[in-house]
Amino acid sequence: MKWSKTLIATALAMACVSVYADITVGVTVSATGPAASLGIPEKNTIELMPKLIGGQKVNYIVLDDASDTTTAVTNTRKLITEHKVDVILGSTITPNSLAMIDLAAESQTPMISMAASARIVEPVDAKKRWVFKTPQNDIMMALAIAQHMSAVGVKSVAFIGFADAYGEGWLQEFQKAAGLKGIQVVGVERYNRTDTSVTGQVLKLVSARPDAILVAGSGTPAALPQKALKERGYTGKVYQTHGVANNDFLRVGGKDVEDTVLPAGPMLVAAQLPANHPVRKSALDYVNAYETKFGKGSVSTFGGHAWDAGVLMQRAVSEALKKAQPGTPAFRGALRDALEGVKNAPGAHGIFNMTAGDHNGLDQRGRVMVTISNGTWKYIGD
Amino acid sequence: MDAQIALLLAQDGIVNGAIYALLALSLVLVFSVTRVIFVPQGELVAFGALTLAALQLGKFPPTIWLALAMGVLAIGVDLRRALNGDQISWRNTLLWSTLLPISACAWATFARPTSLPAQVALTLLICTPLGPLLWRLAFRPIADASVLVLLIVSVALHGVLMGLGLWFFGAEGSRTPAFSDARFTFADLPFNGQSLVVVGVASVLMLLMFFFFGRTMLGKALRATAMNRTGARLMGIPTGLAGDLSFAMAALIGAVSGLLIAPLTTVYYDTGFLIGLKGFVAAILGALVSYPLAVAGALLVGLLEAYASFWASAFKEVIVFTLIIPVLWWRSVRTHHVEEDE
Repeated sequence: MKWSKTLIATALAMACVSVYADITVGVTVSATGPAASLGIPEKNTIELMPKLIGGQKVNYIVLDDASDTTTAVTNTRKLITEHKVDVILGSTITPNSLAMIDLAAESQTPMISMAASARIVEPVDAKKRWVFKTPQNDIMMALAIAQHMSAVGVKSVAFIGFADAYGEGWLQEFQKAAGLKGIQVVGVERYNRTDTSVTGQVLKLVSARPDAILVAGSGTPAALPQKALKERGYTGKVYQTHGVANNDFLRVGGKDVEDTVLPAGPMLVAAQLPANHPVRKSALDYVNAYETKFGKGSVSTFGGHAWDAGVLMQRAVSEALKKAQPGTPAFRGALRDALEGVKNAPGAHGIFNMTAGDHNGLDQRGRVMVTISNGTWKYIGD
Repeated sequence: MDAQIALLLAQDGIVNGAIYALLALSLVLVFSVTRVIFVPQGELVAFGALTLAALQLGKFPPTIWLALAMGVLAIGVDLRRALNGDQISWRNTLLWSTLLPISACAWATFARPTSLPAQVALTLLICTPLGPLLWRLAFRPIADASVLVLLIVSVALHGVLMGLGLWFFGAEGSRTPAFSDARFTFADLPFNGQSLVVVGVASVLMLLMFFFFGRTMLGKALRATAMNRTGARLMGIPTGLAGDLSFAMAALIGAVSGLLIAPLTTVYYDTGFLIGLKGFVAAILGALVSYPLAVAGALLVGLLEAYASFWASAFKEVIVFTLIIPVLWWRSVRTHHVEEDE
């Protein structure tokens, strides 16, 4: 009797240990709402992440925040208090990610965002110590555009962007980059994702006679100004941002978006990269893994950011496991330190080298210049 | 701004205004007959556009499943009512919940239309029954509730349909090819065929509506119901029929608007809401009762939007929606408020 009691107690204790030894990853993505086209491939990518890291089982808890800031905060709170997660991946968009920082810092849980804005991780302070992000900073992409413009002899450029944080952020960064390259910004217009016509804005831009026009929109709504420009007989160069780098943009844009130039993460044209390109292999790994599971041509660059979050997490978890048990504050601290120490991690979008001052870690290997030719993306250089 | 730009903007404003006018008319129609402020009107616009896009990609449009499922539910509801001893007009029930959805399903499955006119006809056949089915499932059981309750149900329905839209069509949008690729210049002003098609179809539909309400028996019955429901019922006009008919017209107009707008812009599962909202602003300008004022309001909204996007693109929506405030204020000052006895 006594013996069997001990056995039960031991079994229970062991069961508890094995529960706590699991690594719990909390995910909140915008799988519905306006950012759904970004969030869905990210959600799918979570399914491709490793179920075992360093011999430990990994549990993923995936929540949808419906592109809504309040829901993202609620989700984060739930992940931290109910599920006691070791790390948070998300969210898809900048406003959500910014709102989640406070909770992550307060509970000392590392967070890896898949949203673009540099403000999520800069400047690294007492709170943002806990925050990392995988997508390229806008300034890097803006510089790439300005560089290409000055190389092809563009002197004046007009800007049309979303009337929201995305367009606003791009305007700021692009004005900086254009200033550096001595390119004059001769017109600035805004439009909304849901607009059915941009004739007014386009007429105004064209009347300023710019050498090139930059459209700062994300996803298929960015095709609207370009179609309107074509309709009004504009023949100059059109640039887009990496926000359009998915196949739906090609489908909706059709022949009106031919010859558009844009910067993008290398995985967009992974198969066309030269064999010695540092990101070719890791980018192809992701593309193949995704397309094997979800079908040919289904991959998008947004899912790549989630994959990269997984790459960082995997690296850091195997480091942190050497120092502490999952489920403890010590483990989360070790995980944070390990994330900050990630070096030469090849992801779908580039090579990550984190430092105490840079929680993004991508360099110029994290972008390539791409054009649209015969309805497909074409690599034209770094 | 020179004269040509002003004219181009006016052209753009009129094309958009024509779409808003159609939606404003159908909002006025539904409200005056059933007292429902039909918020999901916008979703029907998106459904129309995306159904055609799905047909063109050779896919089976999921809106057919929606129509079939709602049809089955509607029959269930009527069976229950029949068991309770209510008089059911089975001819109408079977028309909206069985005949139209099933023939649409059969057409899409067996004939797989490939020509644009046939696809357009099929799209309208799929979308039109959605109106009366929504009426039968969501509004008819509470037809005598207050305007506010009907509005709340309407908003809920908008949320449900938008969610279904995301599920059916995905987050990305679609464009359909233009009905006319013609381009020509008249008095130094470039025109494209599609915008003429929009204005033309909208005008024809409006003329048909005016004819329908002014000349036909059914139209007059609807108008009578709108003016006085009880009186109309006493004269032998079935108010259920009025609901079916006004919602069918709203769905048809919504789908047509969707088809008209889809070649001009990319339509997403949630695009319709904003278009519907602008139609609503126009309908408010007509105080939700006057058809001609609603059309004038729609043109005003379209033009205001076009010029605002030229002068102050960052504030375009603000300018358009601010329009509603002085109008409401003016109306509240001018009209003597009567508490409706319902």
